[in-house]
Amino acid sequence: MTVRFIGSPHTRVDGPRKVTGNARYAADFNQAGQAYAVIVSATVGLGRITEMDGASIERMPGVVAVITHHNAEKLPYLPHKAVIDPAEGERLHVLQDDQVRFYGQPVAVVVADTLDDAERAAAALRISYDARRPIVDHAGDEVKAIVPDAATRPGARTLADRSRGEADAAVANAAVKVDENYDIARENHNPMEPHATIASWNGERLTLWSKSQYLVNEQAEIAAIFGLPLENVEVVCPFIGGAFGTSLRTWPHVTLAALAARHIRRPVKLVLTRKQMFFTTGHRPRTLQRIALGATPEGALAGMVHEGTGETSRYEQFMEALTNVTDYLYSCPNVRTQYRLAPLDTSTPNHMRGPGEASGIFAIESAMDELSYKLGIDPIELRRRNEPQLDEAENKPFSSRSLMQCYELGAERFGWTQRTPEPRSMRDGRLLIGMGTATATYPAFHAPASARVRLLADGTAEVEAAASDMGPGTYTSMSQVAAEFLGLPLERVRFRLGRSDYPQTPSHGGSWTMASVGSAIRAACLEVQAQAARRAAADAGSPLSGASVDDLEWSEGLLRRRGDTSPGISYHDIVVRAGVPIEAGGSAQRDPKVAEQYSMHAFGAVFAEVAVDPDVGTIAVRRIVGAYGIGRVVNPLLARSQCTGGMIGGMGMALMERTALDPRDGRPVNAHMADYLMPVNLDIPELEAHFVDEVDPHVNPLGVKGLGEIALVGTAPAIGNAVFHATGKRVRTLPIRIEDMLTA
Amino acid sequence: MTNQHQRSPGEAGTNGHSGPASTLSRRTVLQMAGSAASLAAMSHAEAQSISETQSTVADAGAARPLQLTVNGVSRELEVDPRQSLLDVLRETLDLTGTKKGCNQGACGACTILVNGRRIVSCLTLASMHDGAEIETIEGLEKNGELHPLQQAFVEHEGLQCGFCTPGQIMSGLGCIAEGHAGSPEEIRFWMSGNICRCGAYPGIVAAVADAAGRS
Ligand code: FES
Ligand code: FES
Repeated sequence: MTVRFIGSPHTRVDGPRKVTGNARYAADFNQAGQAYAVIVSATVGLGRITEMDGASIERMPGVVAVITHHNAEKLPYLPHKAVIDPAEGERLHVLQDDQVRFYGQPVAVVVADTLDDAERAAAALRISYDARRPIVDHAGDEVKAIVPDAATRPGARTLADRSRGEADAAVANAAVKVDENYDIARENHNPMEPHATIASWNGERLTLWSKSQYLVNEQAEIAAIFGLPLENVEVVCPFIGGAFGTSLRTWPHVTLAALAARHIRRPVKLVLTRKQMFFTTGHRPRTLQRIALGATPEGALAGMVHEGTGETSRYEQFMEALTNVTDYLYSCPNVRTQYRLAPLDTSTPNHMRGPGEASGIFAIESAMDELSYKLGIDPIELRRRNEPQLDEAENKPFSSRSLMQCYELGAERFGWTQRTPEPRSMRDGRLLIGMGTATATYPAFHAPASARVRLLADGTAEVEAAASDMGPGTYTSMSQVAAEFLGLPLERVRFRLGRSDYPQTPSHGGSWTMASVGSAIRAACLEVQAQAARRAAADAGSPLSGASVDDLEWSEGLLRRRGDTSPGISYHDIVVRAGVPIEAGGSAQRDPKVAEQYSMHAFGAVFAEVAVDPDVGTIAVRRIVGAYGIGRVVNPLLARSQCTGGMIGGMGMALMERTALDPRDGRPVNAHMADYLMPVNLDIPELEAHFVDEVDPHVNPLGVKGLGEIALVGTAPAIGNAVFHATGKRVRTLPIRIEDMLTA
Repeated sequence: MTNQHQRSPGEAGTNGHSGPASTLSRRTVLQMAGSAASLAAMSHAEAQSISETQSTVADAGAARPLQLTVNGVSRELEVDPRQSLLDVLRETLDLTGTKKGCNQGACGACTILVNGRRIVSCLTLASMHDGAEIETIEGLEKNGELHPLQQAFVEHEGLQCGFCTPGQIMSGLGCIAEGHAGSPEEIRFWMSGNICRCGAYPGIVAAVADAAGRS
């Protein structure tokens, strides 16, 4: 088949809807007669509600209901655990008791005819607490780290303890060593779109217009919480205003919206305030890590130790892949990793773009850079000398690994040869210039997915899957996949997503949407072609009547006998003669044998240039260049956007983002978009993303490895390493701040 | 806005604040809000006093007449004087193209043009704009043709998730009209009030520069 759509830089098919305001996000689905719900959030960090005078605000103008743990219906909360839920622990049950587990926990919902009435009444609600001081400082003395239960089970993705060889001894005896600690701040996803749910009941059936990266799970979870049959719940979410992981789980506000709507027997709209986005919708956990590296004088790694602890809540054990990369990144006979959790009086963290890997790689890649200076070896050369022939932890070959090609391409585009190795050796006037680099990597995941294709009489095709599009361009890239395999022009393919009653897909995260859903669409397209061919062969009036299906072939959307030069017949011809649309489903999953045989990861090399003002310590990123080996690129225009967006996210992680908690009550003190610093337009440097040619026949039928996470991973250490090169100051705490530049 | 300021006796920092704000009348507060002094920027105690003041005013939510011309169409409305212009657009007029990203004047998602000037509509009360000409994202497309700036956003990848996009485009129109789109650097500066968490900034700058060049 001639490749025409996969690989083409098509602009977004949903672009016109987004630039005209016609793309509808959850909070845009206003329902007739809807009331507005406002969550009242706890203002203590731990304790018990002793008094809540709901009646005092019930008669305020417009108030329809005040729902508290006193009058909320007792919900069944049937067992439910999805792959994105922590394996251990139980979700927060809202308004079911008087306990406050963390600052900002929902303790009441006020429902009124208008948003202003609801807000005003919520603000007037008096609550008394019996409060205790929560423990929220991960680095504090009172914190006792635990072994995550799920990390001790065989086959866990992140193991609590893993080792090969004698890592500690190897480091201790090594000629050259680095042994340092790293502290990465808690971050909040802060997508532009706040979480929002509009809930509407029709008898025992519930419709949710709700921001979700995992519609079929939101459906299943709400069905479990309310004790409803699955088919009674429908979730609709055609557009997501950014999420970065925060909408993977179904958080308490979704339950509260449904609860409120049932309570008042009217549709209810519930939108979190920006401040509430820091309370109960997950965060990148603060992590504390130790890296110890030992090397020979020639730069061969002799031992690697990676110990890391992540925050979690008291009620769930949230795990991420903090220490995983150290297992396979470089060749080293002696490696030990250790992963622990620190339960705190906070809400449960959640995956945030590049979860685990982004934090782990900052530590390991900062340490590798440090090692390169101790050895006097160029940082890229050091990686080359430790490039493995296979995944030494798993003892399997990589399905493909283009790390060194990425370094070569990136170094060339970046102009690495202009760099002088000495720290503080490059200047631009008064400014100290630094250049740094780091490895990026992320697993090439795949999860079972399904899709449906329908051929219509007008010659177009409809494709459906319960997938999401939080910004990477799912609408566009999936349309390209379908157009490619159907052989139809892109305009004749309509891809629909964002409904839980479409064929099941995995969560929209983990960089596996194209691998999983794309492969399912391919399968559905091939299946619908097979059905159409069977129809044509069985149709007495068709020119292909009586042909053996094996003798027929599709080309450019036309069916003909193999080797025949006639024009053939089109989908349109077949469907019109059939009198009904032809529909087929398809699904895809990774062959377990392939997974057993190969270690599958994407790799990249990130380069950053910074300018540091030596007098005031301001750090400006001037350039970032990334080169990635991610298998096949379905749409280079969108892929580049995803990469540069990820680099900007990485800049935030490196230099700006930090959710600060008040140690007295666990309150996020900067829960505001002006105080939680994020890159704005003026911060943005020159950004370049390049892709090496990489063919990976093993990962999935499309040969794609995924891009969303790796786009962010690697940026923060590249910037940190550039800051060291500029100033000679090694900062092992993120974000790197002006203060770090001013102190010795 | 006001629900940002919770009023529990247990909350730290509530003791001993009795600044001048506690004597503010509701009317003054509304004027402050109208003049872009953010309610969100007030201290807890100030906000608490406002909510107390408001709850004692019987006619707090009494609707008042308001005339707006929105995207060329005259609208006669009855609005709660506490309603922000953003909430009137989204919740009363069902013009949901304009987005609420923070309700605190800090993100730019709610940017619209009022009498040709770009403002963040979450920080201004609708009742203060009687007779105003409002332009929102829904009004830019003419006869099925995208506005050149809309077209440029699509062509230059000035968006990913699209949620900040209406605000970026309205802000971009303002930026161009103000004469602040002379160079990429200038655009970056004058578009910095519009956060894009997806990081579509390079495309946003390219789109504004392109449309400025064409106009
Ligand atoms: S919603 Fe108005 S500035 Fe953020
Ligand atoms: S496009 Fe997603 S926030 Fe700007």
